[in-house]
Amino acid sequence: MELVYDHILVRYGELSTKGKNRKDFIRRLTTNIKKALSGFDALTYEQTFDRIYIHLHGTPFEEVSPILKEVFGISSFSPTLKVESDLEVIKEAALSVVRNTEGKTFKMETRRHDKKFPYRSDDINRGCAGRILHNTDWKVDVHNPDLHLKVEVRENATYIMPTVVQGAGGYPTGIGGKAMLLLSGGIDSPVAGYLTMKRGIEIEAVHFSSPPYTSDLAKGKVLDLASQISVYQGQIKVHVVPFTDLQLAIYENCNESYAITIMRRMMVRIADRLAQRRNCMALVTGESVGQVASQTLNSMQTINDVTTMPILRPVVTYDKLEIIDVAKKINTYETSILPYEDCCTIFTPKNPVTKPTIKRAVEMESHFDFEPLIEKCLDEIETVTLIFKKQEEDLF
Amino acid sequence: MQPNRIYLDYASTTPVHPEILKAYKGLLDVWFVNSESLYQEGTQLHQLMEKSRAQTASLFGVRPNEIIFTSGASEASSMAIKGVAFQHLEKKGHFITTSVEHSSVTNCFKQLESLGFDVTWLNVDQSGKVSVEELKQAVRPDTLLISVMMVNNEVGAINPINEIKAFVKKNTHALLHVDCVQALGKIPVDLKDIDMASFSAHKIHGLKGSGILFCRQHIELMPLICGGQQEFGRRGGTENALVNLMFAKTLRLALENQKKGYEHAKKLFDAAWNALSECPEIQFNSTKDGLPHILNFSCSTMLSEVLMNALNTKGFCISAQSTCHSKSKSPSFVLKSMGYSDQRALSSIRLSFSHETTLEEVESFITALKECIKKYGTRL
Repeated sequence: MELVYDHILVRYGELSTKGKNRKDFIRRLTTNIKKALSGFDALTYEQTFDRIYIHLHGTPFEEVSPILKEVFGISSFSPTLKVESDLEVIKEAALSVVRNTEGKTFKMETRRHDKKFPYRSDDINRGCAGRILHNTDWKVDVHNPDLHLKVEVRENATYIMPTVVQGAGGYPTGIGGKAMLLLSGGIDSPVAGYLTMKRGIEIEAVHFSSPPYTSDLAKGKVLDLASQISVYQGQIKVHVVPFTDLQLAIYENCNESYAITIMRRMMVRIADRLAQRRNCMALVTGESVGQVASQTLNSMQTINDVTTMPILRPVVTYDKLEIIDVAKKINTYETSILPYEDCCTIFTPKNPVTKPTIKRAVEMESHFDFEPLIEKCLDEIETVTLIFKKQEEDLF
Repeated sequence: MQPNRIYLDYASTTPVHPEILKAYKGLLDVWFVNSESLYQEGTQLHQLMEKSRAQTASLFGVRPNEIIFTSGASEASSMAIKGVAFQHLEKKGHFITTSVEHSSVTNCFKQLESLGFDVTWLNVDQSGKVSVEELKQAVRPDTLLISVMMVNNEVGAINPINEIKAFVKKNTHALLHVDCVQALGKIPVDLKDIDMASFSAHKIHGLKGSGILFCRQHIELMPLICGGQQEFGRRGGTENALVNLMFAKTLRLALENQKKGYEHAKKLFDAAWNALSECPEIQFNSTKDGLPHILNFSCSTMLSEVLMNALNTKGFCISAQSTCHSKSKSPSFVLKSMGYSDQRALSSIRLSFSHETTLEEVESFITALKECIKKYGTRL
């Protein structure tokens, strides 16, 4: 008999929040799960006090599971068989789960929520184990079982769960409000975005593009990265800012050693205004202190000076290898290291200033009226919405 | 290609000739059988393919069993070079090639070097041509094979193949392999005294995945693809019969249009040359005695990548170096071999024309190029 799972049980039991917060948490989590799984049309959802049930209606668990693993706010989930609360039926179901599982040893664990059910948990454990031991060559191992078989007897039905899959943890993305991520094509910024989302903050991304100095490939790479991290919140908006004219103006009107600093101040100014329009409450960057010359504390201070918004820097104290580890885990590393120019790697001055001052930066910016160019950047933003979906195209 | 785009990258590949496309589509609908099958459909298809082989051979003035259908020129060159080398795995031996060959040839020889074969890499002069004198110096008694391209794919330099083959034939025991990909359909290709030659269909308005290796019948090659009896036992695998079938027609059409196409390309080349000469930022990497279908130049104020991006936005499809190298950041090794600086080799642009290119297209390219240089040609 082939096992067809009826639904997935999603646990978020490790919440520390209560009251209204808890309700918001559950509502947001349900929404995020639905968004992430929007590619599967057959699924239906049921929300109870302490768990969410995803009814599969024939959708294979194996296809849904990898996506569910990435949704923040889930502590764990299990594929579940729903059977009649009848001891004989339960025993048969337990046996068929074992027959469809690779392994040699198992452990039974029953919880009887419905105290009206005439058998005690222990009776159910023994009954199931007996049926399995008689009909297969599996053995019991209560310490390191290959299969941990959970049975839950509830009022209307009994649920049999062969595995518990660890979820991503964290808070449901969006519960903590929204922030604007400055997304380059590098390794750090997607990681910063991921870590921010994990704390429950929804993100939109802004990318600065300088055609023709940067290519369509470079822009495509950024959209790929955004698409890869969109899995954690179902979808993502990327605002692409045409930055060339402003960048050229910086290089024509400011001292070369300050070019990077002033370029970053301009980026933050634009991101700040865009964030306000998009109801974002913070900016997020992939800056890591001391990693490159332009990421000193002096430099951060000088750049930070142009905004009153909080700038979140989730990887600020990480070293490169720690960031790479996370990037590999979230599958952005391979894309990040593709060798296309981004607006930070072109125009690199020979001697960038490592200890810029606010005073000098302000003085240099006064040589030219940048305001019209900043507004032009904002006016000409191209916004792309990337939706994470199981893609099926006719051509393939 | 959409009507608002202008394609100037015919050395990279070409659109399929409408007659080829029509004929091929018609065949695809009908013929799926294996050309090696013994029932009548199989034998009929086999005969058609052999007819294509015979016609191809006669257009080149060689024997049908000297034409081997391949998946393209890269396969043909690999087959020729490694096929000879692998016949001499024990004693090894010496090979000669140039430093500006297509990557399919260059990388074969690099592979052979790593296997312990000795390879001499000939330099080229500033016009991109190999020196016959230098070749004469490099030949040794144990030289097995000499491989020289007829026309360089990046700058269009035409090598003195006639002198080379006269020398090789008369003074050495070595085999001569010539990569004729960029020459075919553009200038006359005479296979007399050449032992092996590689050709590709998609560069002459034919199908992709289609090429041939011309190989004299007495030459023994160790097959790269082992399989059945196909292609005289030189290349295994079920024959791509319909694609092979189309080669003859592709070649015939290309040769019929060769002379007219050459004159047309020359007109475009001269017009572009004259217009570009007025730009102080432009330096020519092609020379006037090269193939007029290819015009390569560098821009002193812009890197290739930036200029290509800018021109792409304006609707132009052009390349910098060989398309087989387009994703690398390194300077063009062809220009480096010609003695040019890194800066120049990083800022090259290759235009390539066909009979479909119009003078208006070239003129609008020049206008767009000047605009780009003016706007983006900064202190880079």
